[in-house]
Formats: sequence, C-alpha cells, structure tokens
Amino acid sequence: MTPLLQVERLTKRFGGLTANEDVTFTVGEGEIAGLIGPNGAGKTTVFNSLAGFFAPSAGSIRFRGQEIAGLPPEAVAARGVARTFQIVRIFKGMTVLENVMVGALLRHRAVPEAAARAREALRFTGLERRAADPAGRLTVAEQKRLEVTRALATEPRLLLLDEVMAGLTASEVQEAVEMVRRIRDRGIACVVVEHVMEGIMPIADRMLVLERGRLIADGPPQAIANDPAVIAAYLGEEYRAPGA
Amino acid sequence: MTQILLQTILSGVLIGLVYALVAVGLTLIFGVMDIVNFAHGEFLMLGMYASFWGWALWKLDPLFTLPFTALGLFAVGALLYRLVIRRIIDAPMLSQVFTTFGLMILFRGLAQYLWSPDFRSVEHTVVAGKVAFAGLSFGLPQVTAAAGAVVTTGAVWWFLRFTRLGAALEATAADKEAAALMGIDGQKMFALAWGIGAACAGVAGALLSATYPIFPDVGASFILVAFVLVALGGFGSVTGAFWAGILVGVVEVVGGFLWDPAYKMVLVLSLYLLVVWLRPQGLLGKA
Amino acid sequence: MSRRAGTAALLAALLLAAVFPLAVSRPAWQNTAILMLMAAQLGVAWNILGGYAGQVSLGHAAFFGTGAYVSSLLSMRLGLSPWLGMLAGALVASAFAVVIGWPCFRLKGHYFAMATIAVVEIVQAVVNGWERLGGAVGLYLPLAESGFAGFVFNRSKLPYYYIALALLVLTLAVNWLVARSRTGYYLRAIKDEPDAARSLGVSLTRYKLQAIALSAALAAMGGTLYAQKELFIDPGSTLSTSLSIKMSLVAILGGVGTLFGPVIGAAVLTAIEEGSRVLFGGTGRGTDLVVYGLLIVLFAVYQPAGIMGWITGRWPGARAARREEEP
Repeated sequence: MTPLLQVERLTKRFGGLTANEDVTFTVGEGEIAGLIGPNGAGKTTVFNSLAGFFAPSAGSIRFRGQEIAGLPPEAVAARGVARTFQIVRIFKGMTVLENVMVGALLRHRAVPEAAARAREALRFTGLERRAADPAGRLTVAEQKRLEVTRALATEPRLLLLDEVMAGLTASEVQEAVEMVRRIRDRGIACVVVEHVMEGIMPIADRMLVLERGRLIADGPPQAIANDPAVIAAYLGEEYRAPGA
Repeated sequence: MTQILLQTILSGVLIGLVYALVAVGLTLIFGVMDIVNFAHGEFLMLGMYASFWGWALWKLDPLFTLPFTALGLFAVGALLYRLVIRRIIDAPMLSQVFTTFGLMILFRGLAQYLWSPDFRSVEHTVVAGKVAFAGLSFGLPQVTAAAGAVVTTGAVWWFLRFTRLGAALEATAADKEAAALMGIDGQKMFALAWGIGAACAGVAGALLSATYPIFPDVGASFILVAFVLVALGGFGSVTGAFWAGILVGVVEVVGGFLWDPAYKMVLVLSLYLLVVWLRPQGLLGKA
Repeated sequence: MSRRAGTAALLAALLLAAVFPLAVSRPAWQNTAILMLMAAQLGVAWNILGGYAGQVSLGHAAFFGTGAYVSSLLSMRLGLSPWLGMLAGALVASAFAVVIGWPCFRLKGHYFAMATIAVVEIVQAVVNGWERLGGAVGLYLPLAESGFAGFVFNRSKLPYYYIALALLVLTLAVNWLVARSRTGYYLRAIKDEPDAARSLGVSLTRYKLQAIALSAALAAMGGTLYAQKELFIDPGSTLSTSLSIKMSLVAILGGVGTLFGPVIGAAVLTAIEEGSRVLFGGTGRGTDLVVYGLLIVLFAVYQPAGIMGWITGRWPGARAARREEEP
C-alpha cells in the first residue's frame, strides 16, 4: 500500500542558502508525525513546500500517489492537504463562523450547506459558542484553534499543524494535544511542527528530526529521545542560546 | 540624422533630470513612511508661484529666490506633516490616499482662490539664450534647470548617505521600530522627510518657472511622471528615481520625436507597466 | 438592526427615492439627484472589487469610459439601440478588465493602485489621439427622437432619474447577491489574508478576476447612462483619473465593503460638491474646490471607516461595518 504522503529527497534553496536538503520521509494514513528541530532547522520550509507555498528546488512530494510538488497552494488544498500558520492568519474582518465557512466552501459550494458544516467543525473543536463573534476578539489560543477548525472544514486527509501549541499555557497545551488526538481518531493524518519536543512526544506515532535542513532522525518517539544525534542537536542549541 | 537624434536624446536627459528631482521627494516620503503623496505636484506648483511672485513683485530672479523657495516649501511640507499626515500614519491605505488626494484639491483650490486660474509666466530671467556645442544647441534655461536638479538631487543623496541625520532617516525608512529602539525620534524623521520632499518639488518648480507656464493645476502634468519614476526606480529609492528620471525623459522625448508627441505618455506608461509586471519591485528596488 | 427593521428601512428609502422627483420639481434639484444616483451606482460597482476584494483600483474610469464609448459608437455607426449598447459595453468592459486584471493582480497595495492609474491614463491618451473615436474633441450623440426606445429624453430629465435609480437598484442587488455567495466569502478572505485563503483552496486570480469583471461591467453600464444623459462624451470627462478616484471616494466616504456605504457616500459627496459649487462656485475663484478638498481631508483623517463606520460605531446594535484593513 502506498503511504498517504511520500516525500523524497526534498531540497529547497533560496539563492545560495539551502533550507532543506534531501529530506525523505513518509506519513501513513491516520498517523501523527511530529516534525521537530532547533530554530532555523527548516521545519517551516518543509511545511511550505508540502502545502504548495514553495516550489521545491529538487525532489518529489507524492500525496496519495500523485505528485504535488510545485502545485499552487489552492490545488494542494483541493487534493486534501490543509495547513495552519505559525503566526495565525485568521480573517479578522469576519466572524468565527464565517472564517470556518471559507474552509467549508471548498467541498460545499452552497452557502447554507457550508454554514452547517462549519458549525459541525466548530462543535468538534469546542468553539461553537464563539461562532457569532468577530474573529479578531478571540484569545490567541482560540485563534489558533480557529485556524485548525478552518483547516478541518476543508475536509482534508492530511493536516499540517505549524506550532499550534507555542505560546499557550500548560492547560491550553493539554487541550490542544487532546484536539490533535481526536483529529487523528477521525482518520486524518497530522504532521505537527513543534519547537519543543515535550509537547508532541506523547501523541506522536513517529518523530522526524530536522537539523540544518537535513533529516537526522526518523522513528518512534522513544527511540528518538535516546538518539545521540538528536540529543547533540538539542544540546548544541541550548549551548548556543541558553533558555531558548 | 544622428545629430538630430543625439540632440533629442540629450533634451530628454535634461527634462528627465528635473522629473527625477520631483520624484526624489516623492520616493523619500514613500520610503520613510509608506504613504503615496498625491499632493506632490502641488508642492511643485507652490514652488513655481513663489518664483513668480518674487519676480513679479520685487523683480527677483527665480534663481536668486531659489534658496528661499526651498526653505519655504520645506516649512510647508513639515507643517503639513504636523497638522495632517501625522494623524493618518497607521490609517488604512485608502484613507491615506484620500487624505493626500483631498490635499491636492485643496491646494489647487487655494491657488485658484489666491492667484486666479490665469496662466502666468516669468520673463526676462538671468539665464536666457542658448548654449551650443558640437553642432548641438540647447536652451540655457533648460540646461540650468537640469544642472540645478542634478545639484539638488546630489545634495539629497549626499545628505542621506553621509550625515548623521540622513542616516537616521534611512534607518527609519528601513525599519521604524528598530530605529525607534535606537533612540531615533520617528515623528521628527517623518516631518523631515516631508520637508525635504516638498523642498525638492519646490526647487524643481522654481527651476521650471523660467520655461513653463504657471497655473493652479500645473502639478497634474508632473505627478503622473513622478509616480512612474518612483515605481520604476523602486519605491523609496533615491538613486532609482534618478536613473528612472533620465530613462523616462529620454523615452518621452525620443518617442515623441519618432512617433507622435500626443502618444509620449502612452509610451512612458507602457514602459512602466512592462517593468512592474516583470519586476514588481522596480528597476533598482530590492525584492 | 434586526432583519425586519432593515427591510422596512430599505423599502422606505426606495419609496422615498421613487416619489422624490414628484415632490421636488425644480430641474436643478432633480439633476443633482440624478448625479447622486449615478455616483452611488458607480461607488457600489467599485465596491465589489475595491471594498469586498480589497483591491484598490484607481482606474475604474477605464471601464466607465469603455461603456460610454462602446454604446455611443455602436449607436452612431451601426444604429444599434443604446440599450443593447449598454450590454455590449458591459461585455467589452468585462473582457478588458480581465485582460488588465490578469497581469495587474500580480501587484499588491500601492503598486496595484498605481498600475490601474497608468492603465486609465494610457486609455485616455490613446482615445485622445484616435480620430475615429472622436479624438480629444469627443463624440456628440445624434439627437434621436425622445423616448424610451432611443434612450433619449429631451423634454424632461425625469426618465433619466428613474433609469439611474433602476440601475442603482440592479447594482445593489448584484452586490448583495455576490456578498452572500461563495465568491463573496472568498473575496473577503482574500482581502484579509490572501495566503490563508489560498491554503483553504481559494484561487486568488480566479476570484479577483471574477470581481473585476463584474465590477467593470456595472461601471460600464453607468458609462452608457452618462453618455445617453449628456449626449456628449470626451476622454477628459469619461476616462480621467479624477473620475476613477471619485468612484472610490464615494465608497470610502460611505464605508468600504458595506452594501449601502457607497450610496450614503454618494449622497454626501454630491451634496458637498454641488453645494459648494452653488454657494461658492459663482466666484470662479476655486472656493468650491477649497471647501471640497478640505472636507475630503477632514473625513479621511477623522472618519476613515466612513459614514457607515460612524453609524455602526454609535449604534453598536447595527451590523458591524467591515473596515478596510491594511494588507
């Protein structure tokens, strides 16, 4: 069986700078993959390539067996890949419900149908009571949750979550972890970028570790935690930037 | 034929240098605070009227009053910033557009109210006649205007490049927050940009007053070209505006000569559209 | 405002507009009212692209002029009814808009706005020098027999009033339908966060082109109405940047991205314009311009959300006006 997502030798250069080099991994149906690495390791670049925001310099990205590398974001979304943004990008001029409707309209062209689906998605993520509020009034944690809801409303097979837990309080992190788990239980595979290992370790089926643009480890969380290369990468970072 | 072409090209360069000076002020304002000033042509108009009244009332030559014109327009620009522009720095782009658009109408109306819609002209200036060399001949007023424009543009460039205040201005243009953290007073810098921007346009007006009719709406003929130069040269780039000025001056005059003067603007604007489509950041702008 | 109250207010406004010229018979007042309706129609048309999609066009006169010239030339050269000419003008303007929009939409913010200025200036210069299109002199439409079929009314301006009103209602209805459709949601998403919209499957180019095509078609219909009312068009009056700016001014004055904002904006702007012209314009000294310019500045500085923003700000129960956010 072909895996849901198959990334082979993905390379992305900006001018003389190589952000990703020969990154190869796969994500299976309904799997949660954690993508971690120190600051500047190229995690968001991988995301942007997967979601169609960057055209890779080399390599291939297959989604459900089809090549998607170089497709524009809207085409990637139509094939079933949804994403959130590291710095939230909600539609501030709209209500919470309307934000989610924009996502739902991808599969349901009729506005009332999209509204119904959007409400369902809001119920799933627990934002339902905020539906009529202007999106700009939400707290940061709620805005991140709204982005996830909006992405879910496109009914994806693969969800790319970019630091949905960063900047949240301990209890909010717990809620976010719970939400990711429930998303996976619906059969949606997730690639979760987190800067901090601890947030993602308990729920990930697999961990992918990037350092300086290269994949240095790929395996179950327990194996990764004891991998000397990974420890070195993180220790190295702590040494460079204490307290980060 | 080559003689005529050369003559035409150089005429284009001469007018292009004056265009560049108008655009330098506009690009400076844009670069420092991301506001497109639709009333910029009106600074030029005010510069022209200042020269005209100096000449009409006291028989002073526009070249002699030029420093005063520059100072006066600096004051107008800085004051305009303090009174109006300061309030719209963080406003949406649309309200910024309409503020300066309203100022444009206001200035034109004021000029018409104070000085009537009549066409005026400055006659018998110090610089008159023609200069000739190598079989080419140029009006002395045009050559003087171009030379004055080069000197002024050069002075602005030097100021930005080699003075502390200029460096502070450039720092503000590059990153407002970082500049503020370094202790640079943003308000002062913005006022300075408006002052210098208005002074540049005013000087251009003074330089043109010897050869160009003076009337309340005269700014309209220059603002569009200035926009083109700013976009061509890259928003905020002084040297970009300078080279774009020369390019546009030549394209305009040579195009008008080879094709039809009525279509010279079509040529300039088409060139502009072509460049921004191929290189949205302008010829010299950074990506 | 509840839905019921809104509908009632709307019907009342429509009724008022319908009986207005019967109550006010002075031609000058009627003419001002026609100008208001025409300005409102153009503002609402502009709003589809500039307000909902957030693409600030300062070149909409190119579409207005296209409408005016296409219908006029077709009726002068081929004897085509101006009503059909209006549709033809709308189609041509739409096609033109797509041709312009396709490359221009690569540009953002100021760059886009200035490119649209360049487009309208190019069109103006080309028409100015094109003898067969009347050149700089313009076109005088032949004085056809007065009547609905010929779209010419000599005896009274009243029919123009009702045609302008009908066109405004049509434009509002289109705007309303768009706002409630999938396209409407997508346009607002594109305006707020283009990248996020793309990540949700929204093609920016496709929906911006839809918006500009629709917006241009409606502006072109306004152009045909103008040509038939004045029976004279020239590049200066139909293809100028200042006309383009006026269309957007009406929208910003009333409230960008709101359905009725441009209508209110048009009423206020026309009143200011005509009022200052009547009160101060007689001197020929530009006093009207001073007043007009000053009011624009004051409004842009102190009430950037427009009159609708002021209304919703004072009565928070009214539906929130969608403010233009800097991209």
